Amino acid sequence: MPHKVGIVATGQTKHTAKRTDINLRELITEAVTRALDDAGLRMSDIDAVMLGNMEPFEGFMLPELWSVEGWGGLGKPAMKFNTGGTVGTSTAIAAYYFVASGIYDTILAVGFEKQSEGHTQTAITTVGDPLWERTMMAGAIGNFAVMASTYVHESGVTEEHAAKIAVKSRRNACNNEYAHLQMPNLTVEEVLASPYLAYPVRRLDFCPQSDGACAMVLATESKAKKLAPQPAWIKAVATAHEQQYMGDSPRRLADMRSQRAASQRVYKACGISDPVRDLDVAEIYEVATYAELAMYENLGFCAPGQSGKLIDQGVTTMSGQLPVNPSGGVLATNCIGATAMIRVAEAALQIMGKAGKRQVPGANLALATGYGGNAWTDALILGRE
Amino acid sequence: MDGEVTLPAPGQVAILGAVQTRYEAGKPHQTYNELVHEVVDQLLTETGVALKEIQSIVSASQDFFDGRTISGMAINEVAGGYLNSESKVAGDGIQALIYGAARILAGAYDLTLVVAHCKESEGQFHQITSTMFDPYVERPLGLDEHIAAALQARRFLGVSGAAEADLAAVSRKNHRHAMKNPLARRSGDFSIEEILASAEIVSPLRDLLAGPITDGACAILLGSPERARASRRPVSWIAGMGSSTDAYWTGRDLAASAALAQAAERAFAAAGIRKPLDDLRVVELSARYAHEELLYLDALGLGNGAAAKARLATGDFDLGGKLPVNPSGGALTGNPTCVAGLARVAEIHLQLTAAAGQHQVKDARTGLAHGASGICGQSQTVVVLRGDAPQRT
Amino acid sequence: MSEKTKNPAAGKKAEGLRVPWLLSVEYEYAAGHFATRFFQELRDNGRIWGVRCPGCQRVYIPPRPVCGICAGKTGEWVEVGDEGVIVGCTVVNVPFIDPMTGEQRPIPYGFAIIRLDGASTALYHFLEETDPKKLGVGKRVKAVFRPERKGTLLDIKHFRLLD
Repeated sequence: MPHKVGIVATGQTKHTAKRTDINLRELITEAVTRALDDAGLRMSDIDAVMLGNMEPFEGFMLPELWSVEGWGGLGKPAMKFNTGGTVGTSTAIAAYYFVASGIYDTILAVGFEKQSEGHTQTAITTVGDPLWERTMMAGAIGNFAVMASTYVHESGVTEEHAAKIAVKSRRNACNNEYAHLQMPNLTVEEVLASPYLAYPVRRLDFCPQSDGACAMVLATESKAKKLAPQPAWIKAVATAHEQQYMGDSPRRLADMRSQRAASQRVYKACGISDPVRDLDVAEIYEVATYAELAMYENLGFCAPGQSGKLIDQGVTTMSGQLPVNPSGGVLATNCIGATAMIRVAEAALQIMGKAGKRQVPGANLALATGYGGNAWTDALILGRE
Repeated sequence: MDGEVTLPAPGQVAILGAVQTRYEAGKPHQTYNELVHEVVDQLLTETGVALKEIQSIVSASQDFFDGRTISGMAINEVAGGYLNSESKVAGDGIQALIYGAARILAGAYDLTLVVAHCKESEGQFHQITSTMFDPYVERPLGLDEHIAAALQARRFLGVSGAAEADLAAVSRKNHRHAMKNPLARRSGDFSIEEILASAEIVSPLRDLLAGPITDGACAILLGSPERARASRRPVSWIAGMGSSTDAYWTGRDLAASAALAQAAERAFAAAGIRKPLDDLRVVELSARYAHEELLYLDALGLGNGAAAKARLATGDFDLGGKLPVNPSGGALTGNPTCVAGLARVAEIHLQLTAAAGQHQVKDARTGLAHGASGICGQSQTVVVLRGDAPQRT
Repeated sequence: MSEKTKNPAAGKKAEGLRVPWLLSVEYEYAAGHFATRFFQELRDNGRIWGVRCPGCQRVYIPPRPVCGICAGKTGEWVEVGDEGVIVGCTVVNVPFIDPMTGEQRPIPYGFAIIRLDGASTALYHFLEETDPKKLGVGKRVKAVFRPERKGTLLDIKHFRLLD
């Protein structure tokens, strides 16, 4: 049986387009220091460190080794993950397994990215297979727009539905002191007036590029109970991957096979049959408005074709039955290597009752997801017990 | 609390099988995905496990060498990753192995496939390895992995009193060992003079003192004790694992490896090894450069008081000696980045299961596999393996 | 505190200096067994082939060694049509560097994911049409081959709308 694992502390930087005041190492230090302070720990209390970063974005191979003093890694076992958009959840899940296995008692997990320091669209375009995909893809945007067009065609969601998601995200972000894009007065009309980056995706339908880092401390049951009045217990984790090429699952957004598989696995492990009823909050990895709508279907929040209705009825807003992305989500902040870990950290803050102005009252069960690459999905359920 | 980690007791994670490609200067007819297919397919055939049974995969690769962002993504189908739990370590494959072992120890999976792959021939070694260096004060100087290794070699020679001929003796031993390993990239009965006359890369490094550009892949299947008991072939067991991280290369003494000493201490403690020189029967080190082998042997305490170079001279580290080091030929004879450390584990597994063929070490019951990554081996990992026989008593 | 131990940045305005660096790496990717056969046929005969999974009968383009869904090896090669249907499409307006050439790709350009007749999976390619109003999911397209072919996916110049 795996040991019980709890998240006891989190730390984030203030995410912005360009942190010109500090370098990558200092960015990491900011998040790590906040997480350690949050737990009342020193680096000498940490057994091992798990790191997540997408190094092609900085043009820096093994930047965590250059940054080692930034995360207090001297003499520590450490490992670095690189799985695209999911890297933050992949790192958190690895930390979970290492504690659950009994190998380590207390682990620091860190995700970081300074997107402003490299060439983002080139780094994303080279995700494509050089023989089959790379010449056509225009970074994440072109590739994503192709996926979105299929989803719009099949689901009947409108540009207005997408715009409502854009508004929800950037307004929620105003309650999150770490969020990058905070737009308190954003309206649906403004979103619809923003230019097409690649039809049907408009500028405000898409996530920003951010600099930022996120750190968490995970501990085994006995330690977690001492370190936090209410740890966020990791109740289930799952990863599901797709086939090899971008066109293998042609209905990628409309039917994200990997997301359905991963979410169903964690729901089953936690006895969740109706996620909208059973979950209290969700922090999901949505790079664009249309992705969030499609994910409502794939995560079982609504029946196929009903995602537009869900946002029309406000089910996923802060006052709805299942608030989705109180933090503002990826549409408000995307610092690749940190992004998925921020989903887990934000879900943990909700469970620990430490989410401040974005707190969902009495949050008892939370879902966090990561999504990246050619449809790679991670899912975690956190809970108070 | 620092360093006080609970490592697995013997017998909890088994290696059910290990397969490597031939290591070659280039593999122009295969993509890296096809290399992985080759090793996984052979591994599953040998172990009698179906691809459908694999639900957990950890790979190790390096995006810059692969020329592809999230390069591990492209091996999902051939490694059984569809709708399954696949993750990727950006580092040496031996770290992927440790993560795979954690998944089994956590009770989450009874099988985990560990894969490492790299085609160094497809990119440009200088440009790619230059991206590891400090962007502010080092990259303008045009540094790369060879140049840093040369600086380390010079420092090691000065501090240890070893001569360039001692480095050549390491190379001679390993290339002779490689003659008995059909997978080896480079082998031969080179004389000390020939080695010291080989083309200079960066002084004091020469062609035969540095591992060549190589393509290859390695796959290992980890299993729970239940899976091990059901295995129709001999298995080996992970007896201890340890890792540590050093300071960035310009912030430490390059003539030593504190991180390796720490990693070994942790792995030895878990494996109950008190006198490594007596308890270990075979060692495989990730030493791409000849000086690294001596430096690492000293850090591991395998010189037993004497400097490793003295033991080298007496033949202790030869195949047939007291403690054979790199009977496969090791990374100096050609193993690519990311693959080298996992290949060391594969080689120790072959030794402990009496499957190493011509380079078999007699009565190998306990062995050490080592992996490193980063500039001048900043990140260090040690895995101690035991053969099946002791567990059945 | 002596002069030598004072913080040299004290009193200076925060500047946030940036250090530029241009990384240029050339790669030469092996096409591998499956893609080589595909591109040879495309180059020499202007024909498009996939591989069939003997388990689920899916015809895969790009061809590959393993069907992930069945977790089994693929089997025979099957020719597919040069016409197909748009599964997803867009017109890209954002400038970006084509990493295959290092040059900026001219915008706008049409880009689609196309399922060729007889194939189970879809392929990325360019569209001749760049007006999003004329494009649409479900519309039929046909490959336009280049007269001089080199053995890459760009031996197909683009796909043109059929109706």
